[in-house]
Amino acid sequence: MSGEPLIFEHSRPGRRAPSHAPGACADPVGLPAGLLRTTPPLLPEVTELQAVRHYTRLSQLNFSIDTHFYPLGSCTMKYNPRAANSLAMLPGFLARHPLAPAGNGQGVLACLYELQEMLKAVTGMQGVSLTPMAGAQGEFAGVAMIRAYHAERGDLARRVIIVPDAAHGTNPATATMCGFEVREVPTDPQGDIDLEALRQAVGPDVAGIMLTNPSTLGVFERRITEVAAIVHAAGGLLYYDGANLNAILGRALPATMGFDVVHINLHKTFSTPHGGGGPGAGIVAVGERLEPYLPVPIVGERAGRFVWLTGQDRPRSIGRLSAFMGNTGILLRAYVYMRMLGAEGMRRVSGYAALNANYLMAKLGQAGFEVAYPQRRASHEFIVSLKGIARDTGVTAMDFAKALLDRGFHAPTTYFPLLVPECLLIEPTETESREVLDAFVAALVAIRDQARSDAAAVKAAPLTTPVRRLDDVRAARDLDLAWRGHGMPANGA
Amino acid sequence: MPFIPHTPDDVAGMLAAIGAGSIDALFDEIPAALAVAGLPAIGPGLSEPEVSRLMLERAELDGRPLCFIGAGAYEHHIPAAVWQIATRGEFYSAYTPYQAEASQGTLQLIYEYQSMMASLTGLAFSNASMYDGATAFAEACLMAVRANSRSRSRRVLTTRALSPAYRAVARALLAGQGIELVELPLENGCSSLAALAPLAGTDFAALAIQQPGFLGSPEAVDELTDWAHTQGMLVIGVCNPLLLALLAPPGEWGTAGADIACGEGQPLGIPLSSGGPYFGFLTCRKALVRQMPGRIVGRTVDVDGRPGFTLTLQAREQHIRRSRATSNICTNQGLMVTAATIFMTLLGAEGLRRVAAQCHANTRALVTALTRLPGISLAFDTFCHEAVLRFDRPVAPLLEALAAGGILGGYDLADEYPDLGHALLVCATEMRSAADIDRYAQALGGILQGTTAGRGRRSRS
Repeated sequence: MSGEPLIFEHSRPGRRAPSHAPGACADPVGLPAGLLRTTPPLLPEVTELQAVRHYTRLSQLNFSIDTHFYPLGSCTMKYNPRAANSLAMLPGFLARHPLAPAGNGQGVLACLYELQEMLKAVTGMQGVSLTPMAGAQGEFAGVAMIRAYHAERGDLARRVIIVPDAAHGTNPATATMCGFEVREVPTDPQGDIDLEALRQAVGPDVAGIMLTNPSTLGVFERRITEVAAIVHAAGGLLYYDGANLNAILGRALPATMGFDVVHINLHKTFSTPHGGGGPGAGIVAVGERLEPYLPVPIVGERAGRFVWLTGQDRPRSIGRLSAFMGNTGILLRAYVYMRMLGAEGMRRVSGYAALNANYLMAKLGQAGFEVAYPQRRASHEFIVSLKGIARDTGVTAMDFAKALLDRGFHAPTTYFPLLVPECLLIEPTETESREVLDAFVAALVAIRDQARSDAAAVKAAPLTTPVRRLDDVRAARDLDLAWRGHGMPANGA
Repeated sequence: MPFIPHTPDDVAGMLAAIGAGSIDALFDEIPAALAVAGLPAIGPGLSEPEVSRLMLERAELDGRPLCFIGAGAYEHHIPAAVWQIATRGEFYSAYTPYQAEASQGTLQLIYEYQSMMASLTGLAFSNASMYDGATAFAEACLMAVRANSRSRSRRVLTTRALSPAYRAVARALLAGQGIELVELPLENGCSSLAALAPLAGTDFAALAIQQPGFLGSPEAVDELTDWAHTQGMLVIGVCNPLLLALLAPPGEWGTAGADIACGEGQPLGIPLSSGGPYFGFLTCRKALVRQMPGRIVGRTVDVDGRPGFTLTLQAREQHIRRSRATSNICTNQGLMVTAATIFMTLLGAEGLRRVAAQCHANTRALVTALTRLPGISLAFDTFCHEAVLRFDRPVAPLLEALAAGGILGGYDLADEYPDLGHALLVCATEMRSAADIDRYAQALGGILQGTTAGRGRRSRS
């Protein structure tokens, strides 16, 4: 298919969509002329129909959950119920100014307060702050609280955060953002943390450990209680990366496992939209020790009215992480979803996510694919290694990913976690039917068959997408990050 | 079972394929001591009609007060097409465009967004967005500290004329890395130019200023930018993107232009929504692009030579560089960028300019109407689209009385700027009519005279 031109290429001088702006308006009074803009910004000049048609066409170039199976491991690409979107976008919610008094926000505050309570229940924790705007910001909040805890005790020697080698890249990056050094601990052949290495790694310089459970290897960390005891005995705290909470929702609580702080990606487990890369929401929940340090604002209740608790109410808080109140509209979507699920529905989420993942793992194993941890239960995701196929045919995990696109499936996560060579991290989620899973297995088998008979054909994929494989080297070398039409800034050098 | 497609036959067949007796058996690796039987604190599920009714009631609970608050978030008209297109499932339910061939829609849209933001701010390159204006500001400070090769300083010079919330967020986000903010004092609502001379020769990584300042008045951006550059600092410009249709862009400040621009994208088609989700924008001059945090989209070609779009410069990012990444940011605010790009397309440069000019005119009309009342005066003569009013008495009780009459009268500056006396930051966007302004003036006049506002509890809902 031919590409859609840039919106700038649809533009013609003088063309307008005039109904969206006031009529001609005099220039402002009293502003010094030197502060005014002399050349207008280069924005498109198009009609409303042109804009609608262009962006509708662009949307059609995407794979999405609404159009395709999207088994992206560790991202929990489940169906995003439309009701959650409609109800979060009710005019009364959208119109409310963030600095309107709490008296003019009892409706939204009631939802947020109840959301805090539900999140305490699903984590077993004692306090919740909803403000972090994505998983990585939730991680930041958690590690900053750990830092504040040690600092307040005068325990300033703790400069290290331990991270397993299988962790998401955000974990070590967050530790650095918070001023810590990172110490990696290895994974044992069964996919659990190497406890002996952990014992060696802890000490008086360790502030805490960041763990995902089930881990990014798709298995439950069975000795988590021992891990917690080792870290706590050394004076460190435990951080739970909630990226994989979907796998254990209503089955086990991070608090009981021994964690001191948790973040949850609401855009994973609680089905708020991924939106082409956000907005997310990375709420944090904490046990008693870290409760005073939660980021503000938090919704409190006083005499039957909901209020914002700010730094004045919570002087030991690590502070404010957003200008106002995080991604409130996303929090409302999660609230609607959680109310629709209820307690039973939440347990079903993890149950059917595990059913789909274990079924897919079993079927692929039976079809001859190499499963990374065949002796283990899959959590809500699992890893297939294509190392053998790559060795025999030259067809890599990347080639499989591209060939899946031609068969109408979004690719799984590739080359993560870094421990397993040529890996696909596959997370089907609970909202996919058995037919879809069977079709996906058939597609992978067909690609493998083609790899053996005609490897070049697989390596040529994708053929049916709007573009074929892109030149990433050129993209990074000859940077073209903005359209250079008439009037674009030369601000170079 | 909401959102779960399995029939009993499916379950039986799938468990047989796995070799497990039940769904619960799939959790047998969770030690028994850790297993819970359920979530008793969470009630039963609600059907869609039930939850709809609940949310409708809550959304209506607070009425629709007439809003004269700005202070970093602004009520503007959002064309219907913006969110109808942005919430198409293909945008709404896609993820980060890591598989470029399956994500050309999102990628091209981000490229168009980057182009628009670069042009609006007068700088070469934009990233794909940050969480909000405040975090974009914090990341801009971090970026400047990394990028300034002439300075080893871990201090950034900023100003009390810059949003207090942004400064608070930056302090929270930067403290762990030992980066400190130093603040210029205020003079006539703006950064004090007189305070610069004593700071000459002090090592700072950057100067960060906001145009217009938080208190509505324009800063002397040319003088500030040139002074900072002579001192070897980088310059960070915090801007309202809507007003950039009217005001000189950061890339043109002073002789050489600011080095980094950032700000809150909310005025570009994002609903107020109690504070989020919004998005932050971040742009920079060409030489700084490798210090930029977050995702960046580039245009390239495919194997057949066709133009296409892909995430680029990923070696800066956490999933590649881990503890040595420029930031821990992963997810950004993609859907908000989708809406903002459609918004900017529909408004165009002339539409944005008209909205900005109308906001200025309406705020001027509001100031004129309110300063006719006894005991109220304009604090600072020059303002863009919000202004500070001085009162002869505390503002909080007046705001409470106005709110009881369905009017949100502005943002009380008492907590953050006690030195300004009884001061109120007001804003009338293009959404406020002459009648709205008149209603505010009448209500406030009545309150000041000691009568109750509007005579009813709530004059509209």
